[in-house]
Amino acid sequence: MLLFAAVASHTCTATILFSNKTKFLSGKCMGKKIWQKFGELTNEAAVSLSAGKAEQLAGDEFKDELPFEDIDGGIMDAATPRRDFLKYLGFSTAAAALAAGCKIPSRRVVPFANKPPDVFPGVAKYYATTYVQDGDVLPIIAKVRDGRPIKIEGNDLCSFTKGGTSPRAQASVLDLYDMYRLPHPKRKVGGKFEEIPTFDQLDKMVGDAFAGLSGAPVILLTSTITSPTTKQLISEFLAKYPGSKHVQYDAVSYSGMLQANEASFGNRAIPSYRFENAKVIVGLGADFLGTWLSPVEFARGYSVGRKIDEKNPQMSKHYQFESFLSMTGACADERFTHRPSEAGAVALALYAALGGSASPPAIADAKLRQAINKVANDLKNANGAAVVVSRSNDVNVQTIVNAINSQIGAYGKTIDWSRTLNYRQGIDKDMVDLVAAMQNGQVGAILIYGANPAYDYFDAERFKSALKKVRLTVSFNEKLDETSELCQYLVPNHHYLESWGDAEPKAGYTSFIQPTIFPLFKTRYFQTSLLKWGQPAAQPGGSATPDYETYFKNYWTGKLGGANAFDAALQNGVIESAATSASGGSFNGGSVTAAASAIGSARKGGKDEIVLYQKVSIGTGKQAGNPWLQEIPDPISKATWDNYALISMAKAKELGIDYDTVDYEYYPAKPVISIKAGNKELKLPVLVTPGMNANTIAVAVGYGRTKNLGKAAEGVGQNAYPFATFNGTNVVYFTSDVTISKTGDSQKIAQMQIQNSYEGRKEVVRETTLGTFRKYPNQYKEYREELTKEFAPQTSDFRRDATIYPDFLQPGGLKWGMSIDMNSCIGCNACVVACHAENNVPVVGKREVLRYHDMHWLRIDRYFVSDEKNPDELAAVVFQPMLCQHCDNAPCENVCPVSATNHNIEGINQMAYNRCVGTRYCANNCPYKVRRFNWADYTGADSFPNNQDQWIVGKLDDVVTEQMMDPVTRMVLNPDVTVRSRGVMEKCSFCVQRLQDAKLTAKKEDRVLKDGEAKTACMQACPTDAIVFGNVHDKESRIAKMREENEQRTFYVIEHLHTLPNINYLAKVRNTDEIIEPEKG
Amino acid sequence: MIPCNPINRKFALVFFALTLFSFQIISAQDGKALFNNNCASCHSPSKDMTGPKLGDVLEREPYNGDINKIVNWVHNVDKLLATDPYYKGLMAKYGARMTQFANLSDKDIAAIIGYTQKAYADAQKPQPPTDGETAPEGNRNWIIFGVISLIMAVIALILMQVNSNLKKLSDDKEGILRPEPVPFYKNKVYITLGTLLLFILTGYYITKGAIGLGRQKSYEPRQPIYYSHRVHAGINQISCLYCHGNAWESRHAAVPSVNVCMNCHKAIQSYEKGPKLYDAVGNEINGTVEIQKLYKYAGFDPANAAKWNPSMAKPVEWIRIHSLPDHVFFSHAQHVRAGNVQCQTCHGSITEMDEVKQFAELSMGWCINCHRETKVNFDYNDSTGNKFYSIYEKFHNDFKAGKMDSIRVKDIGGIECQRCHY
Repeated sequence: MLLFAAVASHTCTATILFSNKTKFLSGKCMGKKIWQKFGELTNEAAVSLSAGKAEQLAGDEFKDELPFEDIDGGIMDAATPRRDFLKYLGFSTAAAALAAGCKIPSRRVVPFANKPPDVFPGVAKYYATTYVQDGDVLPIIAKVRDGRPIKIEGNDLCSFTKGGTSPRAQASVLDLYDMYRLPHPKRKVGGKFEEIPTFDQLDKMVGDAFAGLSGAPVILLTSTITSPTTKQLISEFLAKYPGSKHVQYDAVSYSGMLQANEASFGNRAIPSYRFENAKVIVGLGADFLGTWLSPVEFARGYSVGRKIDEKNPQMSKHYQFESFLSMTGACADERFTHRPSEAGAVALALYAALGGSASPPAIADAKLRQAINKVANDLKNANGAAVVVSRSNDVNVQTIVNAINSQIGAYGKTIDWSRTLNYRQGIDKDMVDLVAAMQNGQVGAILIYGANPAYDYFDAERFKSALKKVRLTVSFNEKLDETSELCQYLVPNHHYLESWGDAEPKAGYTSFIQPTIFPLFKTRYFQTSLLKWGQPAAQPGGSATPDYETYFKNYWTGKLGGANAFDAALQNGVIESAATSASGGSFNGGSVTAAASAIGSARKGGKDEIVLYQKVSIGTGKQAGNPWLQEIPDPISKATWDNYALISMAKAKELGIDYDTVDYEYYPAKPVISIKAGNKELKLPVLVTPGMNANTIAVAVGYGRTKNLGKAAEGVGQNAYPFATFNGTNVVYFTSDVTISKTGDSQKIAQMQIQNSYEGRKEVVRETTLGTFRKYPNQYKEYREELTKEFAPQTSDFRRDATIYPDFLQPGGLKWGMSIDMNSCIGCNACVVACHAENNVPVVGKREVLRYHDMHWLRIDRYFVSDEKNPDELAAVVFQPMLCQHCDNAPCENVCPVSATNHNIEGINQMAYNRCVGTRYCANNCPYKVRRFNWADYTGADSFPNNQDQWIVGKLDDVVTEQMMDPVTRMVLNPDVTVRSRGVMEKCSFCVQRLQDAKLTAKKEDRVLKDGEAKTACMQACPTDAIVFGNVHDKESRIAKMREENEQRTFYVIEHLHTLPNINYLAKVRNTDEIIEPEKG
Repeated sequence: MIPCNPINRKFALVFFALTLFSFQIISAQDGKALFNNNCASCHSPSKDMTGPKLGDVLEREPYNGDINKIVNWVHNVDKLLATDPYYKGLMAKYGARMTQFANLSDKDIAAIIGYTQKAYADAQKPQPPTDGETAPEGNRNWIIFGVISLIMAVIALILMQVNSNLKKLSDDKEGILRPEPVPFYKNKVYITLGTLLLFILTGYYITKGAIGLGRQKSYEPRQPIYYSHRVHAGINQISCLYCHGNAWESRHAAVPSVNVCMNCHKAIQSYEKGPKLYDAVGNEINGTVEIQKLYKYAGFDPANAAKWNPSMAKPVEWIRIHSLPDHVFFSHAQHVRAGNVQCQTCHGSITEMDEVKQFAELSMGWCINCHRETKVNFDYNDSTGNKFYSIYEKFHNDFKAGKMDSIRVKDIGGIECQRCHY
């Protein structure tokens, strides 16, 4: 088996063909080193292994024991001798044939009893609706096939997202079919929950409980509410209970910003940020492309300044100051690190460098000091086309950031007060006061919707004990989360895909929610409960509007002036008031001095500090029960199914972790460290990451959830929220003094990408600086010309003559191609989840990821660019979406013994699952490593249940066998795409079902296919428009123009192998003036 | 069962290609087809349905023999409904407004009225009894050949035995010493040959059987309601797409919902004038009883028709006949609408079947064959082809230059894996 693998991996025809032409194969990428893992850094590491080590690694090729029996005696002594084997084989074949041949199963076809005239079984319908998760709002389109929503797409009509989506919005359709949602209302009797059979009974019970409060205040605790109807409804409800209050609480709070703006502008709100207008962007720890406020909107704006016009190469300049390597930091042109506790000092120093009157605390790091001056210069010169954003939740820091933005003239240019953002409205102090009031027994009833403080409050234990003192506790949360567990009544709300509703993400923009499916479970709008319970006791249910649905319709038909206008608004999904010119607000610097002195006297950090961050996939942890999101590799660490401690290389050395050994790279078990602060302790495995502040440990929140959230969340990671601290005004998401120590244990982290190796083939990634690109604009083009000279000197036709294979006939008409702009890609993974949903890509679970059995058709490879000697000083991080390149001269095609993978005239490398016999030659021969093999039956496609969990495959995680194979969860599957069974290869199909559908629509309408009609799922999902797809034969198409207009940056991955991919990339350009001289020779 | 006579089939194909899909190339004189396509869902010549009967409409008030008044009504429904008290009365009586047919010419309307008059007159006459069809003999030649071959083989064996015996006798007579003859069942040559033959035969049948697993050509299950396509699509010439309209839009042709059945069967409450119906084993079927089964699903009481509530209907659980494996993508819309393929090409002479049976094998080879041979309408001489194909410049040029005599489905990728498997 070993030999077999070795032979197969070297049969790549292209490699053999070009093996003597090493000129292009060797060499670094122009001075800087581009690397994926520490092992590559010292290129020779793998080579210079001692002989013993190499042997050991070879012996460890299989991570588990192979299920072969030792046969010591004769073969007949073995437990399964050959004859028995043959007997069973013969018997089972005959039995299967008999079983299958006896009877045709009688299948039913059940038509509608009364078919609605505009519904056609088999034709998808699209409804505009809105993804709402706590304060996050994203206008979307839900694709509904035969009554089931199966896919989320962006809504192009929304002016600020322009059809972009986020990974969490894409994955939210799976939450709808979550088997762990609460199926009906419940109440707690004797410590256990039991079902309440009808809502009338529920209303009676809760009504009685309200009556028994004898006037004690009722508190409505919610996450940020963006819905105008709900807000009105809540105020009506509160009016009925004197002394009652609505408290908004955000898991990750923006209270500091709200309060700072109140001090500076007299308006407790957050203005709009227009990154598209900014030439200089400074992020002070703000992950504005991934998780900060409205990342999809900001990513869209940001990408405007990152696209390059080759005739006049210019781009925005992005500086990032942060404590750990965030996704946004990875996109920055230049980034600098500092301790979490220094965030205020950095902001203040920047303010002082800009001419503000402040005396900042000294910054020890000379490089950082220099950087601040440089950034300040750039900000000054930008003439208002600049913006500074900070993640800090400290009101003082945000006040200084306001002063900086005012100093550089950002208000009215890049920051717009005419459109305030409503995404986060919670004030920390309100929540702290509430918990105190609860503790003192001053709260009669608490109704909780969307909030989960028992998990994500900085002092969750205090909240839990306070909750016990409240007489009536009701939770409207959809799942039995940590807070709901402690409540007396559970009245689950509908999922947003089952609901009517609205959301106002920013002033003047309304996005509507309309149901796409009848509620799956016995759930009810929480607003309806408020309407019912808000009635005076004398007339239960006697309200004019007994349910929210009616309330909502009445509100909007009244407001929009008629049913027709309402219908039109629902159809578009969004209504936007006329565009206004940006307003700068009136800045009042009165609070700046106080803020500056507060920062000056802030407590200094200890030796080590811990900073909490959100992963782009998991966020605050609300969707932690979503298997798609759990299996998304983190953009930086590439780890799935876990949180962990990110530590710097210096810290690793200090702890004695040999991160640059082959062992560290090769084995998934990582050493566990203990992080202590006071009585709080967290034990997590470490991942050594370049580009970290030396004394900072970064841990993602959103993990360590209750098992009631489902198999996907159970036992995954640890809760880091307790390390958030309250500074008297705000909750800040770091602890400035922790002690860390190695525990001696280790824990496995399931990382992706580390197993994929290009086997030393180079020129996978093209990365340069703007200065270099201006000086040598044609270096990539010249490389291609040189290839032609080298391989096709006579005919100068690289395509035809640099191979022994004939050129594949393509008769014109359609030829699909894709162009990926690496300058626009921010690594957010929205495309990866979209691909999952569209193509029924299975979830494999942590155990299988550990065995490198991940099934992602599309992955985003992350490369570090650094000086070879000093890997911690990252020059850049490059994200490269990698999917099947649909090579016209595909190495996978000519090694398939049964021709299960072959080429079609539209340029697609097609994969016929039912023809595949599972030799895996194709995967071995694919230089891009994009083929995925179904080692087990991950989707329950097999008709024999035993095959789903076979001893030879090994046990699959419960999340696969229980959650993903559950009949309700399987409703999310796309009926147009085959569900693959065990033993077949699969890979990106260019979303062929979407292409075929677009073609058929054109045929049905008797017309030519228009450009942009056929979109792949990844292209549709992308918030930054990094992916362009279309028919390259159509000279007017975007893809054709993209290639024509970006000749200088266009490259194909490992092009010299002559695979002739149909996907091209545009090189990544960093905006620095550094000149990287091309290598000679 | 309907015989599968090739001549009949060809005739049927031509005939029905002309009639059944005639809505596209309709002639003004064809009153019956026009009626069936435009009016039959609401009107009957001889009975009041969703709308009044049309057989004697010309003679009735307010037309009194003036066809122009009818034309005026058909073309100006909205206007007349607002002004004319007669039509207001009609609307009140039937509870629904008539669809306006501005596209029907005067001639068309005259043809329709002409047809309804004739049909009405026919309906008044007593119907001559019709005989059930007699099934012709099946072609059983292969059995005869088989039996003859078997007899010949036995004779040959006997002759060989006789020959060897005679030889032995003559050898004995001549005194040549020969070993005792081995009986044929102990003869190693025979045993080897027999084993080989058995091996080949079993192999052949197992392979054939395995290939045929899951294929169900000629499948003809008994349906919950005896629905005769012969009566509906054949004798009454209802367009296929009237009931299977989904085929125009979607990958599925879809079985019509109960409300579609009830469009006509609200009025057609009994089966009277058609030929006698038999099921697959020859039992006579009472059509009226079958219609009543439909009423049960629909929750419709003929005696109390006005009170029928369509939303209370229950779906009929038909038995699925044509069924492709999950890994095959097939779109009716692509074939029927974009490709202009006649239904009968794959479903056989459906208009002669009572209960439907699967006509084609629905195997991959069968699909591929058709894709190899079928020509795509590339606008060769006229402009009837789909504009979608205008982008295939090379094919258009090759065709003009005479390099290709036609562009077939296979040329535009029709036999590539990912056309059907994804």
